[in-house]
Amino acid sequence: MSTPITSSGPRPSRRALLAALGGASFVLAVRAGASPALAVLRGSAAPDFEPDLYLALASDGTVTIIAHRSEMGTGIRTSLPMVVADELGADWDRCRIEQAPGDRRLGDQNTDGSRSVRQFYQRMRVAGATARTMLERAAADRWGVDAAECRGRKHRVTNEATGDSLDYGELVEAAAELEVPEREELVFLAPGEGGIVGTNVPLADLEGLVRGTATFGLDARRDDQLYAVVARSPVLGAAPVGYDAEAAEAVPGVVGVVELPTFQGAPLFQPLGGVAVLATSTWAAMKGREALAVEWGESEHADYDSVAYEEELAETARAPGKVWREAGDVDAAFADAGEADVHEADYYVPLLAHAPMEPPCAVAEVAFDSDGNVTGCEVWCPTQNPQAAQDTVAGALELERDAVRVNVTLLGGGFGRKSKPDYVVEAALLARELGQPVHVLWTREDDIRHDYYHAVAGLHLSAVQGEKGLPTAWLQRSAFPPISSTFAPGAREGGAGEMGLGFTNLPYAIPNLRVENGPADAHVRIGWLRSVANIYHAFGVCSFADELARKAGRDPLEFLLELLGPDRHVDLAGVRYGNHGASQEEYPVDTARLRHVTERAAKMAGWGRELPAGRALGIACHRSFLSYCANVVEVEVTKDGKLSIPAAWVVIDAGTVIHPDRVKAQMEGAAVFGTSLARFSEISAKGGAVEQSNFDSYRIARLQESPQEIEVEVVESDAPPGGVGEVGVPPFAPALCNAIAAACGKRVRRLPIADQDLSWG
Amino acid sequence: MIELRVNGQRHEVDADPEMPLLWVLRDLLGLRGTKFGCGKALCGSCTVHVGGQATRSCSLAVGGLGDLEVTTIEGLAPEGELHPVQRAWMEHGVPQCGYCQVGQIMSASALLAKHPEPSDAEIDEAMGGNLCRCGTYTRIRAAIHTAAGGER
Repeated sequence: MSTPITSSGPRPSRRALLAALGGASFVLAVRAGASPALAVLRGSAAPDFEPDLYLALASDGTVTIIAHRSEMGTGIRTSLPMVVADELGADWDRCRIEQAPGDRRLGDQNTDGSRSVRQFYQRMRVAGATARTMLERAAADRWGVDAAECRGRKHRVTNEATGDSLDYGELVEAAAELEVPEREELVFLAPGEGGIVGTNVPLADLEGLVRGTATFGLDARRDDQLYAVVARSPVLGAAPVGYDAEAAEAVPGVVGVVELPTFQGAPLFQPLGGVAVLATSTWAAMKGREALAVEWGESEHADYDSVAYEEELAETARAPGKVWREAGDVDAAFADAGEADVHEADYYVPLLAHAPMEPPCAVAEVAFDSDGNVTGCEVWCPTQNPQAAQDTVAGALELERDAVRVNVTLLGGGFGRKSKPDYVVEAALLARELGQPVHVLWTREDDIRHDYYHAVAGLHLSAVQGEKGLPTAWLQRSAFPPISSTFAPGAREGGAGEMGLGFTNLPYAIPNLRVENGPADAHVRIGWLRSVANIYHAFGVCSFADELARKAGRDPLEFLLELLGPDRHVDLAGVRYGNHGASQEEYPVDTARLRHVTERAAKMAGWGRELPAGRALGIACHRSFLSYCANVVEVEVTKDGKLSIPAAWVVIDAGTVIHPDRVKAQMEGAAVFGTSLARFSEISAKGGAVEQSNFDSYRIARLQESPQEIEVEVVESDAPPGGVGEVGVPPFAPALCNAIAAACGKRVRRLPIADQDLSWG
Repeated sequence: MIELRVNGQRHEVDADPEMPLLWVLRDLLGLRGTKFGCGKALCGSCTVHVGGQATRSCSLAVGGLGDLEVTTIEGLAPEGELHPVQRAWMEHGVPQCGYCQVGQIMSASALLAKHPEPSDAEIDEAMGGNLCRCGTYTRIRAAIHTAAGGER
């Protein structure tokens, strides 16, 4: 972090890698390049190395693996390198992990959508197997034997016939002279053979995290950096019309006040604009900002009131909308039904803020030539999306992409917020203005008031109940301001992305089915948050299924399993459904897997056991991000309505799993994330301005408010890997609310539960 | 100039006495293990020990420290060693993103100094002010029990 950038602009090459390789004189490296025929770099001292590689093996045997996805708590900085090391037949203790900067040659780096393992599992295996094959061939040449007799395991190639063996380091130079094997020539290891994948190695950063030495974006530093905070308009899109720069500059430590342009058009990833105060300490910058007393101009969103908006959304959801999926004849089924057989419900989930414990922050340093022209920019930031940060900074500074280097620190949580690099651009603009490195920090109030919020949603569900209470017809409709409104002004209809997150892919077996969406305007920036539209869709769908079961006097588990219907791949022919970009042949909507996790979670929880009055279990299951998850939640509701959560049971089937303990950790965390949004979190607005500002008004779950025990089982599977990070969140809130209904008879249809009356008896 | 003792060392800093200890530690003394989370003593990310008590450094003016000794994560264990709480945190794989964990560890170590074998109610009381957005709470509780056992 101490390498100065040069006046010719940063060169996004070599540094990290040369540092990583230390004094190694010879390197075999597998480049990212175009798959499947990966190129191998060879040569001494590697003067022309670029960091577009996944793996480098030095002549001392040290393996350097590039982590190109961002670490925000999922463990991806450990688990993807595990795949490389496993297939290489490496000794994990001789592997080191280097974080890549933003670089398109590495492939996609946008760490969201729970897709890091899914998208890169195979490429990482190819990288490892390519290098291992070359090492095995080099050893075979040395011994004059057939390469088929030589096996690379535990950092050595062994001739199985003679027992001879050589350390990988001793073979690097010879291996690098060989032809690169074609993809078809590679023989992959059997599951478990590499000894790394499927084990619970400690996180790469574990000791640094408990010692406090790990570097987050908050901790990134440049010599002579200034600290900045920015006053932003409480109402989206208003520009400052007056402020007291002198008062701010009078605060000791403040060195400058800079007005940032208010964004025009769609928000995109542009900074919001406002007035920045720069100082020699964070505290001085904050004090200076307080003194600014900014007056804000007008905004088209000044009339936004979330209470009125909630009513409008409910009305929209109750009116016919755009049809996204249709089977049978829903209208005829409802027309023929007796009133007593029709059940209807409206659900609501408010705007949510990401609130990662580390708020947005970034350091930027800008390079100038002797005429004062900007020639380059280097940033250090906690970003989920370094390539978007690179592009957006380049655009804002009118630089070529390659003149911007984005270094990725650890992220103190991301949850989707840090996919949007507006805060990185703020740092870059201010560093250019001041001619000095600048660290921008969002205070918690900034974070809560100016987020890219998870969309507020209203849902309407109705069904005709037939034999055993099972639905013969089912209509479901959602209305929410779409994420596309952040990228195209005026966009107000849900897209295939959002509708495919737990709505168009409804897995229930119902003869007459219609899925609709209604329009809604955005008055704040809307963005994706962990699990995205699955949150409100699963809340509505899984709650409604439970309502139907209870209305029919059925056991909710038994009813749910019947609703899932026969084991099958759900037929979505003719439905506009993206399936996260994966084919439905490889990743079908498989009700057998959903049934399995549901039955297993119920068994773990002891479904059906006797519980004292006020205590009950609730269940929900949901497929998202190509994986399957079921939750059983146990609640206790006292007669005066006090809620606690003694336990939760989670089963996930994510196909092939790299690091089972991190999958468990993600499920535990998802249960707590689900607790927050189910019980406490709500963003509301009045006069266009968000009313919450910190953790006192935007509540997230505390230790004693969360499930006291969380038991997780990970289904052992060799199916292709699915997502993990987001999969546990969607079923939690409905399972919790279903448990509440069972415990006290009160149905929660509006989140958060907050102070809704749960008293009984 | 304000004098303070941090991790056994005396420092003099040129700071506004109103400046919270957190920013003195991070921006003036370069001790960046302690994190910023809310600025209002609502989340516990900035927890340090002041006179042995778990204290939110974001809301304690440095001028009000007096002669109380400050211990940060950098001084929790002797150089090169790990505190039993840190070892238990590693054993249980507590951290996910890890950002809040320094504050969690400082709260937990202060708790164990006072209650070597804390009950769940005592853990709730001591740890309820430390938020974790990743949701590592069940492992935090388990790790505290392990650390308590290890100290017996």
